Amino acid sequence: MSSVQQPPLSPQPLAEQQLPREHYLNATYGIRSWLLTTDHKRIALLYLISVTFFFFVGGIFATLIRIHLLTPGGYLVTPETYNKLFTMHGVAMIFFFLIPSIPAVLGNFLIPIMIGAKDLAFPKINLLSWYIYLVGGAFVLYSFATGGLDTGWTFYTPLSSIYSNSAVTPAVIGIFINGFSSILTGLNFIITVHTMRAPGMTWFRLPLFVWANYATSIIFVLGTPVIAITLLLAGLERMFHMGFFNPVYGGDPILFQHLFWFYSHPAVYIMILPAMGVVSEIIPTFARKPIFGYDFIAASSIGIAVIGFIVWAHHMFVTGQATYAALAFSFLSYLVAIPSAVKVFNWTATLYKGSISFDTPMLYGLGFIGLFTIGGLTGLFLACLGLDIHLHDTYFVVAHFHYIMVGGAIMGYLGGIHFWWPKITGRLYPEYLARIAAITLFVGFNLTFFPQFILGYLGMPRRYHNYPPEYQVLNVMSTAGASILALGYLLPMIYLTWSMRYGKIAGKNPWPATGLEWTTDSPPLTENFHETPVVEWEPYDFLHRPELGLLGATSKKPAPAHGDD
Amino acid sequence: MHRTGELYGQFQTLDQQKESATLGMWVFLITEILFFGGVFMAYTINRHAYPTAFGVGGNMLDLGLGFGNTIVLIASSFTMAMSVWSAQTSRKKAVPVWLVATLALGSVFLGIKVVEYKQKFDHHLIPGHGFDITYCSNNPSACGLSGKALEDEKKEIEEGIRAETDDPNTPEGLARGLIALNAHAQLYFSLYFGMTGLHALHMIIGAGLLLWLIFEGFKGRFDANYNTPVENIGLYWHFVDIVWIFLFPLLYLINRHLA
Amino acid sequence: MAEHSEHIVSPKIYAAVLTALLAGTVLTVQAAKIDLGRWNIVLALTIAVTKMTLVILFFMHGKYSSRRTKLIIASGFFWLAIMLVLTLADYTTRHPEPSRSQLQPTPARTGSVPSGFSA
Repeated sequence: MSSVQQPPLSPQPLAEQQLPREHYLNATYGIRSWLLTTDHKRIALLYLISVTFFFFVGGIFATLIRIHLLTPGGYLVTPETYNKLFTMHGVAMIFFFLIPSIPAVLGNFLIPIMIGAKDLAFPKINLLSWYIYLVGGAFVLYSFATGGLDTGWTFYTPLSSIYSNSAVTPAVIGIFINGFSSILTGLNFIITVHTMRAPGMTWFRLPLFVWANYATSIIFVLGTPVIAITLLLAGLERMFHMGFFNPVYGGDPILFQHLFWFYSHPAVYIMILPAMGVVSEIIPTFARKPIFGYDFIAASSIGIAVIGFIVWAHHMFVTGQATYAALAFSFLSYLVAIPSAVKVFNWTATLYKGSISFDTPMLYGLGFIGLFTIGGLTGLFLACLGLDIHLHDTYFVVAHFHYIMVGGAIMGYLGGIHFWWPKITGRLYPEYLARIAAITLFVGFNLTFFPQFILGYLGMPRRYHNYPPEYQVLNVMSTAGASILALGYLLPMIYLTWSMRYGKIAGKNPWPATGLEWTTDSPPLTENFHETPVVEWEPYDFLHRPELGLLGATSKKPAPAHGDD
Repeated sequence: MHRTGELYGQFQTLDQQKESATLGMWVFLITEILFFGGVFMAYTINRHAYPTAFGVGGNMLDLGLGFGNTIVLIASSFTMAMSVWSAQTSRKKAVPVWLVATLALGSVFLGIKVVEYKQKFDHHLIPGHGFDITYCSNNPSACGLSGKALEDEKKEIEEGIRAETDDPNTPEGLARGLIALNAHAQLYFSLYFGMTGLHALHMIIGAGLLLWLIFEGFKGRFDANYNTPVENIGLYWHFVDIVWIFLFPLLYLINRHLA
Repeated sequence: MAEHSEHIVSPKIYAAVLTALLAGTVLTVQAAKIDLGRWNIVLALTIAVTKMTLVILFFMHGKYSSRRTKLIIASGFFWLAIMLVLTLADYTTRHPEPSRSQLQPTPARTGSVPSGFSA
């Protein structure tokens, strides 16, 4: 079994000296050409700017929370304000950053190019999605500015629908509207992958990033409408005193929770699946080895999307739901870990005997695997009925989901941004500074959230503005970590922006990686390709692509089996 | 701007374009299944909990108007399908005629809905302040109730109160029962307005789409070579019909054997 | 892959479906006026599902659509079923727990009577 290695030259590419003459960024000029664009690549950049903005908004709330929690007495803000801080942090981060991030930025940019198409199936609907996102965001920002929200991002009734005095109605309207942005994006991706693939691009030659986004789109399309109707009903209850969830009329608050979590649990798979797709692209590239078990990774993406829909009531174990139902949901929650584990095993097997280099995307990818594993395993603790009684609503849960959403999803997002940055901008980011930033982020992240596992196990409740003094040391560690984490986020924002002007020219395929997107210009033409590509090779086939310039690659015709070698 | 019917830039062939459009509409419709599904879920749980109150509330709806609306909407699905057939067989002049018929029937439906909603308002059946399930039995002339209908309604409310109270033998127990019945009936009417309101909103959107289709149809746009918008808007219209096919029995026909 | 673009459903079929739908509506109204206990809802939903099936198969051309379209339609209903079934799994299996000191069976309530397990 032969393997490919890097050539003895430094990893810097034999670059062309200049950017391509015509590409999607300079094809047309002026603000109208951006605000009325239907080019999926420009729309992706519009999303990049808006999700980054909301990341800042959510980040500011997180900063205030962590500063407030430095001391047990909680002197920074009042208890009511503290409730608003964690609520708004959650709403901004989940609905306006995490859920759109990879699909709307990287998915929009890459999916048409990866399948060899000129654009998505419905480019105008793509632009509409972005505007809907902005309108939803505007409503939520209005809510933040006019009294905020104190219900928790989970909007449990009857607090949200009747008793809260905060600006619930505009927030609920905003999230409702934003849901349609997701739905349309998911619809667009599904149709695109079905009907717009280039000749030779069969389903099992698709990059795993496309599979991941396809699975995510299934969740977008089937789950988001349910949160929409749920928030609509809660909003109607608040505005018109209709009694769906109000015990005074015989309504049931637990019904709200069932409907809410029917979407919100699959939503967490919306947040993680695309990041897994990114990792499935990064690992083979920087191990210079085909991905191990392509079929299983593709199938596990679909598996996660499907099984993710039948576990939601594990968020409700302590509500008094029927024990029988709780048992069923607990069992199913264990089941959903299996496809995720399949992915982790396959990525690890891909690394085995690979020719590994620790470029920045790989650092994020490896970080993802470790941190997601911790986050996922702690999810299993929570899926256990007995343990959940102790751990529910403690910092253990907070640590669990931050390991997945930050240690997993955000690292996947940043890894993807770095990996495809040369393709998006035509330029390379500064590699050594980027590696330092990645390590800073990793250290800061663990220092922030690992103590929270311990805090939760010791019994510190979540969403509390104060705590007993014996928890202070761990809280201080957590806040210290948060400041390092913040640095880890700021550095890429600075050097990536810098590189857009001053970075080295990247060329078509700086890594090098397989995949159709690396055969076209960096940045690509508006129509993506000079000619419609015809696909004749299997994905991640480093062994049989001598044109990539990797030592040891032969030009033998690829065998029909794809993936493992 | 592309005129409808031309090949859009991102597609390679017209076939691909048509296939994408139709597939897109089907995927959109399943999002609507889940959207309405949420409120059907809320209905199911609440009816399971309060079957008597739901029966009382359901019998306050006008069966004749509900039945009429169902017929009207089913007929409009037929005319919509005929419009698609006309386009597929290049009967260009017939296309907008069938569409106008569809729009007319849809408007009749919405008109009847307005009448029904006004009736609910007059009978103090709008959730919120002033909701009173006994208004009509106490003020029969204001509701046009008399004779057997009035007797039946009074009896039904009495039985409802008995079912809802823990103690049917004392006046306080009956008073509590009335409060409970009123509360649960208000829940029923919240669902009634929520579900039919959402449905009516979808019909209004459908009517708007039909208007556009009619304009294009009168220009002779749709024939055997190109009829995708007619087909796809037809799919949407049929979906809205299907939602009503379920709403009608679930809201209007709960306990009709008592009425 | 073109869908059913060549298959045109004849107005005769549409008229037959229309008749069936109208008949179904009359049937469901008449059936509601008879007291069948808990079978009323079963019958009403059966008629509604039949009507819906006719609309999907013929008015919406579901019968003549590609396998992919059929899969999409089926998955919509399947997911709705997931929501309904699993949520009802909670609501219909709740029993108020009888206390350990009770020796008699608990009285019947509206809704489900506890069966199977007891304290």
